[in-house]
Amino acid sequence: MHPAFSVIFFTVSSGAGFGLFALLFFADVLKLGGGLSGEQIAATGAIAFFFVIGGLLSSVLHLANPKNAWRAFSRFRTSWLSREGVFAVAFFPFAFGYLVLSWFSLANLEVLRLLLGLAAALLAWITVFSTGMIYGSLKTIRQWNTPLVPANYLALGNFSGSLLLLAVAAWAGLILAPFAYLAGSMLIFAALLKAIYYFWIAEPGAGPSIQTATGFTRAQVRLLDAGHTHGTFLTQEFGFKLAREYALALKFLVFVIGFIVPLALLIMTSGKPSLTWSALITVAALVGLFAERWLFFAEARHVVNLYHGSQRC
Amino acid sequence: MRLGLVIDLDVCVGCHACAVACKEWNASGTTAPLTDYEPYGAEPSGVWFNRIRHYEVGEYPHNKTINFPMSCMHCEDAACVTVCPTGASYKRAEDGIVLVDQDKCMGCNLCSWACPYGARELDRESGTMKKCTLCVDRIYDTKLPFEERQPACVLTCPTHARMFGDLDDPESAVSQRVREREGYQLMPELGYNPTNHYLPPRTATPIPTENMGKPGFKDRLKSLANKIVKR
Repeated sequence: MHPAFSVIFFTVSSGAGFGLFALLFFADVLKLGGGLSGEQIAATGAIAFFFVIGGLLSSVLHLANPKNAWRAFSRFRTSWLSREGVFAVAFFPFAFGYLVLSWFSLANLEVLRLLLGLAAALLAWITVFSTGMIYGSLKTIRQWNTPLVPANYLALGNFSGSLLLLAVAAWAGLILAPFAYLAGSMLIFAALLKAIYYFWIAEPGAGPSIQTATGFTRAQVRLLDAGHTHGTFLTQEFGFKLAREYALALKFLVFVIGFIVPLALLIMTSGKPSLTWSALITVAALVGLFAERWLFFAEARHVVNLYHGSQRC
Repeated sequence: MRLGLVIDLDVCVGCHACAVACKEWNASGTTAPLTDYEPYGAEPSGVWFNRIRHYEVGEYPHNKTINFPMSCMHCEDAACVTVCPTGASYKRAEDGIVLVDQDKCMGCNLCSWACPYGARELDRESGTMKKCTLCVDRIYDTKLPFEERQPACVLTCPTHARMFGDLDDPESAVSQRVREREGYQLMPELGYNPTNHYLPPRTATPIPTENMGKPGFKDRLKSLANKIVKR
């Protein structure tokens, strides 16, 4: 698959924003590290909004005909893309209500504030899950058609969100240990899931081959001519090829910059990173996640390549 | 009704006439235009509904060239329709034709990702997805003579390798042909249940070229002339 920058930025950025918001709510409920004040919650929510809205705007850039983007909310019952849009928009009123009530910290509206926050946190997770399901539901791409994909999206969104939350906690001057443990456990969980995913896609699955694509199942089939002079939409969109050594090198980069460096810095600062250090950890993780997301697209092999000469996908 | 095509791989000669006729008709059809990019440039490309690939099946000397035209299969379980967030992609209940409403499409490409057959191509100019309409603007046109109410590709095929009809009706000509010739669907394992069927090449008995009998008077005269006249 062609790795489109707008979609890579969208999934990484909105994943981090939704992850931050969901974890912010639970940190608030549990009063992690002493608890954030109302103003601090509102400010953190604004940071989450920044990431989410930046991502959603980027996703609109991906559209060839954005004037019809408003129609994307209409097929909620069948399309995961539509569901993602609906959940993402439904998230905002609840999240906004929670942040406003936190800002004014009205004691008699505490139950309403927590209910709004809970709804927003759940919608944030459901939105990230829907993003993963857009890819996970495609039977045409073996590397995506697995429950590991939505699981990875959720784990990585929460991982990057937990690092942002750690930075917020460092800025707010809270007790950092619980935030560092949260980030560390999210990191290990996400890295393990990603490793499982990489080993899983390395196995050649029993998917379609050039034989089942053409129907000549008892003989060797070879493409003589693809029937087009230059590239087509299909070759531009699906023809992207990545050398195996290059993919392997990038996977090392994902693990080193995305997981090992943040973990090492967390340990080095003994779980109490200053704002600068926690920002650095977050940036490293986000760079790793961009590489991860680029690979997610670049390594996906669509079955239409079987009609362009691939023997297997 | 389940309208679709049956393509005979035994007689297709790979002339690309169906693709050209398709482009000609649909460039002014319901989803027109089919934009070309740099048609006279160094890297010509553009939107087509129908593409013909060529394969070699088997190994020499038991090999054969197969010409393989592909367009939208008008699947019974069309994933492209399921994934469409705007409702632009739809499958007609009355005849099973899968179409894209050009006024609703937002160009997100997800339907083309869901299609295993490469039937959908984005038009960069209009920003919308385009695909085979099974010449829906032609097959129901009562102003055309009855025998011309068929997709352009089917009408133009010089070897009659393409047939159009109702694959729901077991007694239709296409269904009978699929039954007799053991027609098959492409990538059935994905479970999309494509309507279009392909008829496999037949195994032809080789025509003997040895022991053709004694040469006649004409042949003997010819060989005599060949001996006398040096060419």
